[in-house]
Amino acid sequence: MSAIVGKVWRFGDEINSDLLAPGFYLKAANEIMAQHCLESVDPTFAKSVQPGDIMVAGHNFGVGSAREQAALSLQLLKVGAVLADSFARIFYRNALNFGVPCLFFPHYKEINAGDRLSVDAVSGKLENLTSGKSYTVDPIPAHLMEMITDGGLMPHLKKRLGQGKAA
Amino acid sequence: MGQTLVEKIIARASGKDSVRPGEIVTCTVDLAMIVDSGGPRKIWPRLKELGVGVWDPEKIVVVSDHFVPAVDADTAAILKLSREFVREFKIPHFYDMKGICHIVLPENGHLQPGMFICGGDSHSTMGGAYGCYMAGFGGIEMTGVCITGEIWTRVPETIRVDWSGKFNQAVVAKDVMLFLCRQLGMDNAFTAIEYGGNTVTSMSMSERSVLCNMAAELGCETGVIAPDETTLAAIRAAGKQPATDALTWHSDPDASYISKHAFNATELQPQIAAPHAPSNSGPVGDYTKIKIDQAYIGACVGAKLSDLCMAAEVLKGRKIASNVRLLVAPSSQKVYADAAADGTLSILIDAGATMLASGCGACAALGAGVLSAGEVCISSTNRNFKGRMGANEASVYLGSPYTVAAAAAAGHIADPREFLS
Repeated sequence: MSAIVGKVWRFGDEINSDLLAPGFYLKAANEIMAQHCLESVDPTFAKSVQPGDIMVAGHNFGVGSAREQAALSLQLLKVGAVLADSFARIFYRNALNFGVPCLFFPHYKEINAGDRLSVDAVSGKLENLTSGKSYTVDPIPAHLMEMITDGGLMPHLKKRLGQGKAA
Repeated sequence: MGQTLVEKIIARASGKDSVRPGEIVTCTVDLAMIVDSGGPRKIWPRLKELGVGVWDPEKIVVVSDHFVPAVDADTAAILKLSREFVREFKIPHFYDMKGICHIVLPENGHLQPGMFICGGDSHSTMGGAYGCYMAGFGGIEMTGVCITGEIWTRVPETIRVDWSGKFNQAVVAKDVMLFLCRQLGMDNAFTAIEYGGNTVTSMSMSERSVLCNMAAELGCETGVIAPDETTLAAIRAAGKQPATDALTWHSDPDASYISKHAFNATELQPQIAAPHAPSNSGPVGDYTKIKIDQAYIGACVGAKLSDLCMAAEVLKGRKIASNVRLLVAPSSQKVYADAAADGTLSILIDAGATMLASGCGACAALGAGVLSAGEVCISSTNRNFKGRMGANEASVYLGSPYTVAAAAAAGHIADPREFLS
Protein backbone atom coordinates (compact mmCIF):
# COMPACT_ATOMS: atom_id res chain seq x y z
CA MET A 1 0.00 0.00 0.00
CA SER A 2 1.66 3.23 -1.14
CA ALA A 3 1.16 6.69 0.30
CA ILE A 4 -2.16 8.39 -0.44
CA VAL A 5 -1.89 11.92 -1.81
CA GLY A 6 -4.97 14.09 -1.98
CA LYS A 7 -6.73 17.35 -1.32
CA VAL A 8 -8.22 18.01 2.13
CA TRP A 9 -11.91 18.30 2.87
CA ARG A 10 -12.22 19.77 6.34
CA PHE A 11 -15.06 18.87 8.75
CA GLY A 12 -15.91 19.62 12.39
CA ASP A 13 -16.67 17.51 15.45
CA GLU A 14 -19.22 14.69 15.71
CA ILE A 15 -19.85 14.13 12.02
CA ASN A 16 -22.56 11.53 12.68
CA SER A 17 -23.99 8.62 10.73
CA ASP A 18 -27.19 10.50 9.88
CA LEU A 19 -25.10 13.19 8.18
CA LEU A 20 -22.94 10.62 6.38
CA ALA A 21 -25.87 8.42 5.38
CA PRO A 22 -29.25 10.19 5.75
CA GLY A 23 -32.09 7.89 6.86
CA PHE A 24 -34.29 8.97 3.95
CA TYR A 25 -31.91 7.21 1.54
CA LEU A 26 -31.18 4.05 3.53
CA LYS A 27 -33.54 2.07 1.32
CA ALA A 28 -31.83 3.33 -1.83
CA ALA A 29 -29.00 1.70 -3.77
CA ASN A 30 -25.52 2.38 -2.38
CA GLU A 31 -24.52 4.59 -5.31
CA ILE A 32 -27.57 6.83 -4.79
CA MET A 33 -26.94 7.00 -1.04
CA ALA A 34 -23.34 8.06 -1.68
CA GLN A 35 -24.52 11.09 -3.63
CA HIS A 36 -26.27 12.36 -0.48
CA CYS A 37 -23.28 11.83 1.81
CA LEU A 38 -22.82 14.89 4.06
CA GLU A 39 -25.19 16.98 1.92
CA SER A 40 -26.53 18.85 4.95
CA VAL A 41 -22.99 19.79 6.04
CA ASP A 42 -21.37 20.53 2.67
CA PRO A 43 -23.65 20.14 -0.37
CA THR A 44 -20.63 20.27 -2.72
CA PHE A 45 -18.78 17.35 -1.10
CA ALA A 46 -20.32 14.29 -2.79
CA LYS A 47 -20.38 16.04 -6.18
CA SER A 48 -16.85 17.41 -6.09
CA VAL A 49 -14.73 15.02 -4.01
CA GLN A 50 -11.98 13.48 -6.14
CA PRO A 51 -10.48 9.99 -5.85
CA GLY A 52 -7.78 10.04 -3.16
CA ASP A 53 -9.05 13.20 -1.45
CA ILE A 54 -8.59 13.15 2.30
CA MET A 55 -11.16 14.02 4.96
CA VAL A 56 -9.89 15.73 8.10
CA ALA A 57 -12.25 16.12 11.07
CA GLY A 58 -12.53 16.62 14.83
CA HIS A 59 -13.68 14.21 17.49
CA ASN A 60 -16.08 11.25 17.35
CA PHE A 61 -16.23 10.97 13.55
CA GLY A 62 -19.01 8.57 12.49
CA VAL A 63 -20.92 8.62 15.80
CA GLY A 64 -24.34 6.98 15.79
CA SER A 65 -25.88 4.21 13.77
CA ALA A 66 -24.32 0.90 12.65
CA ARG A 67 -25.45 1.62 9.07
CA GLU A 68 -22.59 0.52 6.87
CA GLN A 69 -23.53 3.10 4.23
CA ALA A 70 -21.89 5.77 6.43
CA ALA A 71 -18.53 4.19 5.60
CA LEU A 72 -19.43 2.54 2.29
CA SER A 73 -20.35 5.94 0.80
CA LEU A 74 -16.79 7.11 1.45
CA GLN A 75 -15.44 4.02 -0.31
CA LEU A 76 -17.75 4.62 -3.29
CA LEU A 77 -16.69 8.28 -3.42
CA LYS A 78 -13.09 6.96 -3.43
CA VAL A 79 -12.04 8.94 -0.36
CA GLY A 80 -8.34 8.19 0.20
CA ALA A 81 -8.33 8.32 3.99
CA VAL A 82 -10.11 9.84 6.96
CA LEU A 83 -8.02 11.61 9.61
CA ALA A 84 -9.84 12.57 12.80
CA ASP A 85 -9.16 13.39 16.42
CA SER A 86 -11.22 10.30 17.30
CA PHE A 87 -13.64 7.86 15.68
CA ALA A 88 -16.85 6.18 16.78
CA ARG A 89 -16.23 2.46 17.09
CA ILE A 90 -18.72 0.97 14.61
CA PHE A 91 -17.89 3.53 11.91
CA TYR A 92 -14.17 2.92 12.40
CA ARG A 93 -14.60 -0.83 12.01
CA ASN A 94 -16.93 -0.49 9.02
CA ALA A 95 -14.55 1.88 7.25
CA LEU A 96 -11.53 -0.39 7.69
CA ASN A 97 -13.61 -3.33 6.46
CA PHE A 98 -14.38 -1.33 3.32
CA GLY A 99 -10.70 -0.56 2.87
CA VAL A 100 -11.00 3.12 3.83
CA PRO A 101 -8.02 3.91 6.10
CA CYS A 102 -8.95 5.79 9.29
CA LEU A 103 -6.14 7.37 11.29
CA PHE A 104 -6.28 9.09 14.66
CA PHE A 105 -4.80 12.55 14.17
CA PRO A 106 -4.73 14.91 17.18
CA HIS A 107 -3.19 17.78 15.16
CA TYR A 108 -6.22 18.00 12.84
CA LYS A 109 -6.64 21.70 13.64
CA GLU A 110 -3.39 22.49 11.84
CA ILE A 111 -4.82 21.24 8.54
CA ASN A 112 -6.88 23.51 6.31
CA ALA A 113 -9.44 22.79 3.62
CA GLY A 114 -7.68 22.53 0.27
CA ASP A 115 -4.27 21.56 1.70
CA ARG A 116 -2.56 18.69 -0.09
CA LEU A 117 -1.60 15.81 2.20
CA SER A 118 0.47 12.71 1.76
CA VAL A 119 -0.57 9.89 4.12
CA ASP A 120 1.15 6.56 4.57
CA ALA A 121 -1.24 4.36 6.58
CA VAL A 122 1.42 1.66 6.98
CA SER A 123 4.25 3.74 8.40
CA GLY A 124 2.07 6.47 9.93
CA LYS A 125 4.01 9.16 8.08
CA LEU A 126 1.90 12.19 7.24
CA GLU A 127 3.05 15.21 5.32
CA ASN A 128 1.24 18.45 4.62
CA LEU A 129 2.58 19.26 1.15
CA THR A 130 1.03 22.73 1.32
CA SER A 131 2.53 23.85 4.63
CA GLY A 132 5.57 21.58 4.48
CA LYS A 133 4.91 20.26 7.99
CA SER A 134 5.37 16.55 8.80
CA TYR A 135 3.63 14.42 11.40
CA THR A 136 3.78 10.88 12.72
CA VAL A 137 0.45 9.20 13.47
CA ASP A 138 -0.36 5.72 14.81
CA PRO A 139 -0.48 3.43 11.77
CA ILE A 140 -3.39 1.06 11.12
CA PRO A 141 -3.28 -1.67 13.83
CA ALA A 142 -1.06 -4.55 12.73
CA HIS A 143 -3.77 -7.24 13.01
CA LEU A 144 -5.85 -5.35 10.43
CA MET A 145 -3.03 -4.52 8.06
CA GLU A 146 -3.39 -7.66 5.97
CA MET A 147 -7.11 -6.99 5.45
CA ILE A 148 -6.50 -3.32 4.58
CA THR A 149 -3.70 -4.26 2.20
CA ASP A 150 -6.07 -6.76 0.56
CA GLY A 151 -8.52 -3.88 0.03
CA GLY A 152 -11.06 -4.63 2.79
CA LEU A 153 -12.99 -7.56 4.23
CA MET A 154 -14.49 -8.87 0.98
CA PRO A 155 -11.23 -9.16 -1.00
CA HIS A 156 -9.65 -10.49 2.18
CA LEU A 157 -12.33 -13.18 2.64
CA LYS A 158 -12.06 -14.06 -1.03
CA LYS A 159 -8.34 -14.59 -0.67
CA ARG A 160 -8.65 -16.65 2.49
CA LEU A 161 -11.59 -18.75 1.28
CA GLY A 162 -9.67 -19.25 -1.98
CA GLN A 163 -6.82 -20.67 0.08
CA GLY A 164 -9.28 -23.20 1.53
CA LYS A 165 -8.96 -21.61 4.93
CA ALA A 166 -11.81 -20.25 7.03
CA ALA A 167 -11.45 -16.49 7.39
CA MET B 1 -6.05 -8.93 39.66
CA GLY B 2 -9.74 -9.52 39.06
CA GLN B 3 -11.66 -9.01 35.84
CA THR B 4 -14.73 -7.04 34.88
CA LEU B 5 -17.87 -8.79 33.60
CA VAL B 6 -17.08 -7.74 30.02
CA GLU B 7 -13.51 -9.02 30.28
CA LYS B 8 -14.77 -12.37 31.64
CA ILE B 9 -17.20 -12.82 28.76
CA ILE B 10 -14.59 -11.92 26.15
CA ALA B 11 -12.08 -14.27 27.81
CA ARG B 12 -14.59 -17.13 27.70
CA ALA B 13 -15.55 -16.37 24.07
CA SER B 14 -11.91 -16.23 22.99
CA GLY B 15 -10.94 -19.42 24.82
CA LYS B 16 -8.66 -17.73 27.33
CA ASP B 17 -8.50 -17.81 31.12
CA SER B 18 -8.33 -14.05 31.27
CA VAL B 19 -7.90 -11.02 29.03
CA ARG B 20 -6.63 -7.48 29.60
CA PRO B 21 -7.87 -4.21 28.04
CA GLY B 22 -6.08 -3.44 24.80
CA GLU B 23 -5.52 -7.09 23.91
CA ILE B 24 -6.74 -8.06 20.42
CA VAL B 25 -8.66 -11.34 20.49
CA THR B 26 -10.83 -13.39 18.16
CA CYS B 27 -14.12 -14.41 19.75
CA THR B 28 -16.50 -17.23 18.93
CA VAL B 29 -19.95 -15.70 18.50
CA ASP B 30 -22.82 -17.32 20.44
CA LEU B 31 -25.54 -15.46 18.55
CA ALA B 32 -25.71 -13.11 15.57
CA MET B 33 -28.66 -10.78 15.14
CA ILE B 34 -29.26 -9.18 11.76
CA VAL B 35 -32.03 -6.83 10.67
CA ASP B 36 -33.79 -5.91 7.43
CA SER B 37 -31.99 -2.60 6.91
CA GLY B 38 -28.38 -3.75 7.07
CA GLY B 39 -28.75 -7.55 7.18
CA PRO B 40 -29.95 -9.92 4.44
CA ARG B 41 -30.02 -7.24 1.72
CA LYS B 42 -26.36 -6.43 2.37
CA ILE B 43 -25.13 -9.89 3.37
CA TRP B 44 -26.77 -12.15 0.78
CA PRO B 45 -25.12 -10.59 -2.30
CA ARG B 46 -21.76 -10.97 -0.54
CA LEU B 47 -22.41 -14.64 0.29
CA LYS B 48 -23.21 -15.14 -3.42
CA GLU B 49 -20.06 -13.32 -4.47
CA LEU B 50 -17.97 -15.52 -2.19
CA GLY B 51 -19.93 -18.68 -2.98
CA VAL B 52 -20.49 -19.55 0.68
CA GLY B 53 -23.39 -20.10 3.09
CA VAL B 54 -23.91 -19.18 6.73
CA TRP B 55 -21.94 -20.79 9.54
CA ASP B 56 -24.84 -21.90 11.73
CA PRO B 57 -28.49 -21.08 10.91
CA GLU B 58 -29.51 -21.89 14.53
CA LYS B 59 -27.28 -19.10 15.82
CA ILE B 60 -28.56 -16.40 13.51
CA VAL B 61 -31.67 -14.40 14.36
CA VAL B 62 -33.23 -12.29 11.62
CA VAL B 63 -35.58 -9.44 12.52
CA SER B 64 -37.49 -7.27 10.07
CA ASP B 65 -38.19 -4.07 11.99
CA HIS B 66 -36.64 -1.06 10.26
CA PHE B 67 -38.77 -0.85 7.13
CA VAL B 68 -42.02 -2.31 8.50
CA PRO B 69 -44.63 -2.18 7.25
CA ALA B 70 -43.51 -1.44 3.71
CA VAL B 71 -44.36 2.08 2.58
CA ASP B 72 -43.31 1.75 -1.07
CA ALA B 73 -42.00 -0.75 -3.61
CA ASP B 74 -38.39 -0.31 -2.43
CA THR B 75 -39.11 -1.17 1.19
CA ALA B 76 -41.46 -3.97 0.15
CA ALA B 77 -38.61 -5.47 -1.88
CA ILE B 78 -36.24 -5.26 1.10
CA LEU B 79 -38.73 -7.10 3.33
CA LYS B 80 -39.39 -9.71 0.65
CA LEU B 81 -35.66 -10.32 0.29
CA SER B 82 -35.37 -10.95 4.05
CA ARG B 83 -38.13 -13.57 3.87
CA GLU B 84 -36.37 -15.28 0.96
CA PHE B 85 -33.05 -15.15 2.81
CA VAL B 86 -34.35 -17.06 5.85
CA ARG B 87 -35.93 -19.66 3.54
CA GLU B 88 -32.75 -20.08 1.50
CA PHE B 89 -30.51 -20.55 4.54
CA LYS B 90 -33.13 -22.37 6.66
CA ILE B 91 -32.85 -19.90 9.52
CA PRO B 92 -35.41 -20.95 12.14
CA HIS B 93 -35.47 -17.74 14.18
CA PHE B 94 -37.13 -15.09 12.04
CA TYR B 95 -39.26 -12.28 13.45
CA ASP B 96 -41.07 -10.56 10.62
CA MET B 97 -43.01 -7.49 11.78
CA LYS B 98 -43.10 -8.74 15.37
CA GLY B 99 -41.37 -5.70 16.81
CA ILE B 100 -38.00 -4.04 17.20
CA CYS B 101 -35.04 -6.42 17.33
CA HIS B 102 -33.75 -5.32 20.74
CA ILE B 103 -37.19 -6.00 22.25
CA VAL B 104 -37.99 -9.16 20.32
CA LEU B 105 -34.78 -10.97 21.32
CA PRO B 106 -35.35 -10.91 25.09
CA GLU B 107 -39.12 -11.41 24.62
CA ASN B 108 -38.31 -14.70 22.94
CA GLY B 109 -35.65 -15.80 25.40
CA HIS B 110 -32.61 -15.45 23.14
CA LEU B 111 -30.47 -13.69 25.75
CA GLN B 112 -28.60 -15.38 28.61
CA PRO B 113 -25.94 -14.01 30.95
CA GLY B 114 -22.39 -14.65 29.74
CA MET B 115 -23.25 -14.86 26.03
CA PHE B 116 -21.12 -13.11 23.40
CA ILE B 117 -23.51 -11.60 20.83
CA CYS B 118 -23.01 -9.51 17.70
CA GLY B 119 -25.93 -7.40 16.50
CA GLY B 120 -26.30 -5.58 13.21
CA ASP B 121 -27.64 -2.42 14.82
CA SER B 122 -25.93 0.15 17.01
CA HIS B 123 -28.39 -0.20 19.89
CA SER B 124 -27.48 -3.88 20.26
CA THR B 125 -25.84 -2.71 23.49
CA MET B 126 -29.34 -3.05 24.96
CA GLY B 127 -28.90 -6.82 25.33
CA GLY B 128 -26.25 -6.17 27.99
CA ALA B 129 -29.07 -5.65 30.49
CA TYR B 130 -29.15 -9.47 30.61
CA GLY B 131 -25.51 -9.69 31.64
CA CYS B 132 -24.25 -10.63 28.20
CA TYR B 133 -21.77 -8.91 25.89
CA MET B 134 -23.82 -7.57 23.01
CA ALA B 135 -22.37 -4.99 20.64
CA GLY B 136 -23.35 -3.38 17.36
CA PHE B 137 -21.59 -4.00 14.04
CA GLY B 138 -22.22 -2.85 10.47
CA GLY B 139 -23.55 -5.11 7.73
CA ILE B 140 -20.09 -5.67 6.30
CA GLU B 141 -18.81 -7.13 9.58
CA MET B 142 -22.03 -9.07 10.16
CA THR B 143 -21.31 -10.67 6.77
CA GLY B 144 -18.03 -11.95 8.18
CA VAL B 145 -19.75 -13.13 11.36
CA CYS B 146 -22.47 -14.97 9.42
CA ILE B 147 -19.80 -16.80 7.39
CA THR B 148 -17.23 -17.56 10.07
CA GLY B 149 -19.02 -17.30 13.42
CA GLU B 150 -16.07 -15.25 14.63
CA ILE B 151 -15.18 -11.61 15.22
CA TRP B 152 -12.10 -9.79 16.44
CA THR B 153 -12.27 -7.25 19.18
CA ARG B 154 -9.85 -5.12 21.12
CA VAL B 155 -10.72 -5.85 24.77
CA PRO B 156 -12.35 -2.61 25.97
CA GLU B 157 -11.60 -0.81 29.21
CA THR B 158 -14.68 -0.75 31.44
CA ILE B 159 -16.27 2.39 32.92
CA ARG B 160 -18.18 1.74 36.16
CA VAL B 161 -21.19 3.91 36.98
CA ASP B 162 -23.07 3.51 40.26
CA TRP B 163 -26.38 5.10 41.15
CA SER B 164 -27.71 5.06 44.70
CA GLY B 165 -30.95 6.19 46.26
CA LYS B 166 -34.52 6.52 45.06
CA PHE B 167 -35.67 8.57 42.09
CA ASN B 168 -38.05 11.45 42.56
CA GLN B 169 -41.46 11.32 40.93
CA ALA B 170 -41.35 11.15 37.09
CA VAL B 171 -37.59 10.52 37.03
CA VAL B 172 -36.64 7.32 35.20
CA ALA B 173 -33.77 5.52 33.47
CA LYS B 174 -34.11 7.73 30.37
CA ASP B 175 -33.32 10.79 32.49
CA VAL B 176 -30.25 8.98 33.84
CA MET B 177 -28.98 8.46 30.30
CA LEU B 178 -29.60 12.00 29.05
CA PHE B 179 -27.75 13.18 32.17
CA LEU B 180 -24.89 10.71 31.57
CA CYS B 181 -24.56 11.74 27.90
CA ARG B 182 -23.88 15.26 29.16
CA GLN B 183 -21.67 14.09 32.04
CA LEU B 184 -19.54 11.46 30.28
CA GLY B 185 -19.82 12.77 26.72
CA MET B 186 -20.50 10.68 23.62
CA ASP B 187 -16.90 9.94 22.72
CA ASN B 188 -16.23 6.79 24.79
CA ALA B 189 -15.35 4.52 21.87
CA PHE B 190 -13.53 1.27 22.64
CA THR B 191 -14.77 1.24 26.23
CA ALA B 192 -17.62 -0.69 27.83
CA ILE B 193 -19.86 0.63 30.59
CA GLU B 194 -21.09 -1.32 33.59
CA TYR B 195 -23.96 -0.04 35.74
CA GLY B 196 -24.58 -0.84 39.38
CA GLY B 197 -25.72 0.50 42.72
CA ASN B 198 -29.00 0.06 44.54
CA THR B 199 -30.92 2.34 42.16
CA VAL B 200 -30.00 0.04 39.27
CA THR B 201 -30.58 -3.25 41.10
CA SER B 202 -34.05 -1.97 42.07
CA MET B 203 -34.93 -1.31 38.42
CA SER B 204 -37.15 -3.52 36.26
CA MET B 205 -35.53 -5.16 33.22
CA SER B 206 -37.33 -2.61 31.05
CA GLU B 207 -35.63 0.27 32.87
CA ARG B 208 -32.25 -1.48 33.04
CA SER B 209 -32.40 -2.01 29.29
CA VAL B 210 -32.68 1.77 28.77
CA LEU B 211 -29.31 2.20 30.49
CA CYS B 212 -27.73 -0.41 28.23
CA ASN B 213 -29.50 0.79 25.07
CA MET B 214 -28.12 4.30 25.41
CA ALA B 215 -24.63 3.05 26.15
CA ALA B 216 -24.57 3.42 22.36
CA GLU B 217 -25.06 7.19 22.74
CA LEU B 218 -22.10 7.28 25.13
CA GLY B 219 -20.11 5.67 22.31
CA CYS B 220 -19.52 2.53 24.38
CA GLU B 221 -19.00 -0.89 22.81
CA THR B 222 -21.55 -2.41 25.15
CA GLY B 223 -23.37 -1.62 28.40
CA VAL B 224 -23.79 -4.34 30.99
CA ILE B 225 -25.56 -5.01 34.26
CA ALA B 226 -24.69 -8.06 36.35
CA PRO B 227 -27.56 -10.57 36.33
CA ASP B 228 -29.63 -11.11 39.48
CA GLU B 229 -33.01 -12.59 40.41
CA THR B 230 -34.79 -9.88 38.35
CA THR B 231 -32.83 -11.02 35.28
CA LEU B 232 -33.60 -14.68 35.90
CA ALA B 233 -37.31 -13.92 36.35
CA ALA B 234 -37.35 -12.14 32.98
CA ILE B 235 -35.71 -15.13 31.28
CA ARG B 236 -38.31 -17.44 32.84
CA ALA B 237 -41.11 -15.08 31.78
CA ALA B 238 -39.83 -15.50 28.20
CA GLY B 239 -40.35 -19.24 28.55
CA LYS B 240 -36.69 -20.22 28.99
CA GLN B 241 -34.65 -21.56 31.87
CA PRO B 242 -31.76 -19.39 32.99
CA ALA B 243 -28.35 -20.90 32.24
CA THR B 244 -27.07 -22.79 35.28
CA ASP B 245 -24.06 -20.48 35.57
CA ALA B 246 -26.14 -17.32 35.06
CA LEU B 247 -25.39 -15.72 38.43
CA THR B 248 -21.65 -16.34 38.15
CA TRP B 249 -21.38 -13.62 35.48
CA HIS B 250 -20.37 -10.54 37.42
CA SER B 251 -17.25 -8.41 37.90
CA ASP B 252 -14.71 -9.42 40.52
CA PRO B 253 -14.52 -7.14 43.57
CA ASP B 254 -10.93 -6.25 42.63
CA ALA B 255 -11.63 -5.70 38.93
CA SER B 256 -9.92 -2.71 37.39
CA TYR B 257 -11.90 0.11 35.74
CA ILE B 258 -10.72 2.97 33.54
CA SER B 259 -12.94 5.27 35.62
CA LYS B 260 -15.59 5.04 38.34
CA HIS B 261 -18.49 7.41 38.80
CA ALA B 262 -21.09 7.56 41.56
CA PHE B 263 -24.32 9.55 41.41
CA ASN B 264 -27.22 10.16 43.76
CA ALA B 265 -30.59 9.34 42.18
CA THR B 266 -32.52 11.62 44.52
CA GLU B 267 -30.80 14.68 43.03
CA LEU B 268 -31.78 13.93 39.42
CA GLN B 269 -34.50 16.01 37.71
CA PRO B 270 -36.38 15.00 34.55
CA GLN B 271 -34.01 15.72 31.65
CA ILE B 272 -34.34 17.04 28.12
CA ALA B 273 -31.79 16.76 25.30
CA ALA B 274 -32.05 19.67 22.89
CA PRO B 275 -31.13 19.55 19.18
CA HIS B 276 -28.92 18.11 17.79
CA ALA B 277 -27.25 15.67 20.23
CA PRO B 278 -28.27 13.53 23.22
CA SER B 279 -25.39 15.14 25.14
CA ASN B 280 -26.92 18.60 24.69
CA SER B 281 -29.07 18.03 27.76
CA GLY B 282 -30.30 19.76 30.89
CA PRO B 283 -33.14 19.74 33.44
CA VAL B 284 -36.63 20.01 31.93
CA GLY B 285 -37.16 23.39 33.62
CA ASP B 286 -34.68 24.98 31.19
CA TYR B 287 -36.84 24.10 28.17
CA THR B 288 -40.46 24.68 29.21
CA LYS B 289 -41.12 27.49 26.72
CA ILE B 290 -40.43 25.31 23.65
CA LYS B 291 -43.63 24.79 21.61
CA ILE B 292 -44.01 21.42 19.90
CA ASP B 293 -45.74 20.14 16.78
CA GLN B 294 -45.31 16.42 17.42
CA ALA B 295 -44.80 14.13 20.39
CA TYR B 296 -43.45 10.67 19.60
CA ILE B 297 -43.48 7.63 21.86
CA GLY B 298 -41.52 5.04 19.95
CA ALA B 299 -38.32 3.04 19.35
CA CYS B 300 -36.51 0.27 21.18
CA VAL B 301 -35.60 2.53 24.07
CA GLY B 302 -38.87 4.35 24.58
CA ALA B 303 -41.98 2.34 23.67
CA LYS B 304 -41.92 -0.71 25.92
CA LEU B 305 -45.02 -1.49 27.98
CA SER B 306 -43.60 0.44 30.95
CA ASP B 307 -43.02 3.46 28.67
CA LEU B 308 -46.60 3.37 27.38
CA CYS B 309 -47.78 3.12 31.00
CA MET B 310 -45.75 6.25 31.92
CA ALA B 311 -47.41 8.16 29.08
CA ALA B 312 -50.83 6.87 30.13
CA GLU B 313 -50.22 7.95 33.74
CA VAL B 314 -49.79 11.53 32.50
CA LEU B 315 -52.57 11.44 29.91
CA LYS B 316 -55.30 9.64 31.87
CA GLY B 317 -58.40 11.79 31.71
CA ARG B 318 -56.62 14.43 29.59
CA LYS B 319 -56.59 15.38 25.92
CA ILE B 320 -53.51 16.31 23.96
CA ALA B 321 -53.22 20.02 23.11
CA SER B 322 -54.75 21.27 19.89
CA ASN B 323 -52.17 21.72 17.10
CA VAL B 324 -50.17 18.82 18.53
CA ARG B 325 -50.05 15.27 17.23
CA LEU B 326 -49.10 12.41 19.53
CA LEU B 327 -47.80 9.34 17.70
CA VAL B 328 -47.32 6.07 19.56
CA ALA B 329 -45.48 3.11 18.01
CA PRO B 330 -45.30 0.27 20.60
CA SER B 331 -41.92 -1.42 20.42
CA SER B 332 -43.33 -4.89 19.71
CA GLN B 333 -46.54 -6.71 18.86
CA LYS B 334 -46.42 -8.22 22.35
CA VAL B 335 -46.22 -4.74 23.88
CA TYR B 336 -49.18 -3.73 21.69
CA ALA B 337 -51.22 -6.70 22.90
CA ASP B 338 -50.25 -6.23 26.54
CA ALA B 339 -51.08 -2.51 26.39
CA ALA B 340 -54.45 -3.34 24.83
CA ALA B 341 -55.17 -5.94 27.50
CA ASP B 342 -54.35 -3.76 30.50
CA GLY B 343 -56.20 -0.66 29.28
CA THR B 344 -53.12 1.47 28.61
CA LEU B 345 -53.87 1.69 24.91
CA SER B 346 -57.39 3.02 25.42
CA ILE B 347 -56.11 5.77 27.73
CA LEU B 348 -53.66 6.88 25.03
CA ILE B 349 -56.25 6.71 22.26
CA ASP B 350 -58.84 8.57 24.37
CA ALA B 351 -56.27 11.30 24.91
CA GLY B 352 -55.93 11.65 21.14
CA ALA B 353 -52.92 9.47 20.31
CA THR B 354 -52.44 8.13 16.79
CA MET B 355 -51.31 4.51 16.99
CA LEU B 356 -48.60 3.35 14.59
CA ALA B 357 -47.11 -0.03 13.72
CA SER B 358 -44.37 -1.62 15.84
CA GLY B 359 -41.04 -0.86 14.24
CA CYS B 360 -38.17 1.60 14.08
CA GLY B 361 -40.34 3.99 12.08
CA ALA B 362 -39.97 7.71 12.61
CA CYS B 363 -37.03 7.39 15.03
CA ALA B 364 -34.69 7.01 12.06
CA ALA B 365 -36.89 8.67 9.39
CA LEU B 366 -37.71 5.23 7.98
CA GLY B 367 -41.44 4.95 8.54
CA ALA B 368 -44.58 6.91 9.39
CA GLY B 369 -44.29 10.05 11.50
CA VAL B 370 -41.34 11.92 9.96
CA LEU B 371 -40.92 15.66 10.36
CA SER B 372 -41.06 18.59 7.97
CA ALA B 373 -38.64 21.53 7.90
CA GLY B 374 -39.23 23.91 10.80
CA GLU B 375 -41.22 21.40 12.87
CA VAL B 376 -40.44 20.65 16.50
CA CYS B 377 -40.80 17.16 17.97
CA ILE B 378 -40.32 15.81 21.46
CA SER B 379 -39.48 12.14 21.37
CA SER B 380 -38.91 9.20 23.71
CA THR B 381 -36.27 7.88 21.26
CA ASN B 382 -32.49 7.87 21.73
CA ARG B 383 -31.01 10.11 19.01
CA ASN B 384 -31.74 13.64 17.86
CA PHE B 385 -29.04 14.26 15.28
CA LYS B 386 -29.81 16.73 12.53
CA GLY B 387 -32.10 15.07 10.00
CA ARG B 388 -32.54 11.98 12.17
CA MET B 389 -36.37 12.05 12.13
CA GLY B 390 -36.89 13.69 8.75
CA ALA B 391 -36.05 17.13 7.37
CA ASN B 392 -32.62 18.54 8.21
CA GLU B 393 -34.31 21.73 9.41
CA ALA B 394 -36.54 19.92 11.95
CA SER B 395 -35.76 20.07 15.70
CA VAL B 396 -35.93 17.00 17.93
CA TYR B 397 -35.91 17.14 21.73
CA LEU B 398 -35.47 13.92 23.69
CA GLY B 399 -37.17 13.09 26.98
CA SER B 400 -38.66 10.25 28.98
CA PRO B 401 -42.15 8.99 28.10
CA TYR B 402 -43.42 11.00 31.10
CA THR B 403 -41.91 14.18 29.68
CA VAL B 404 -43.06 13.48 26.13
CA ALA B 405 -46.62 12.88 27.30
CA ALA B 406 -46.59 16.05 29.43
CA ALA B 407 -45.51 18.06 26.38
CA ALA B 408 -48.26 16.48 24.29
CA ALA B 409 -50.83 17.57 26.88
CA ALA B 410 -49.40 21.08 27.32
CA GLY B 411 -48.50 21.83 23.69
CA HIS B 412 -45.00 22.80 24.81
CA ILE B 413 -42.23 21.16 26.80
CA ALA B 414 -43.47 20.88 30.38
CA ASP B 415 -42.41 19.41 33.70
CA PRO B 416 -44.17 16.03 33.94
CA ARG B 417 -44.44 16.34 37.73
CA GLU B 418 -47.12 18.97 37.22
CA PHE B 419 -49.27 16.35 35.51
CA LEU B 420 -48.98 13.63 38.13
CA SER B 421 -50.79 13.44 41.42
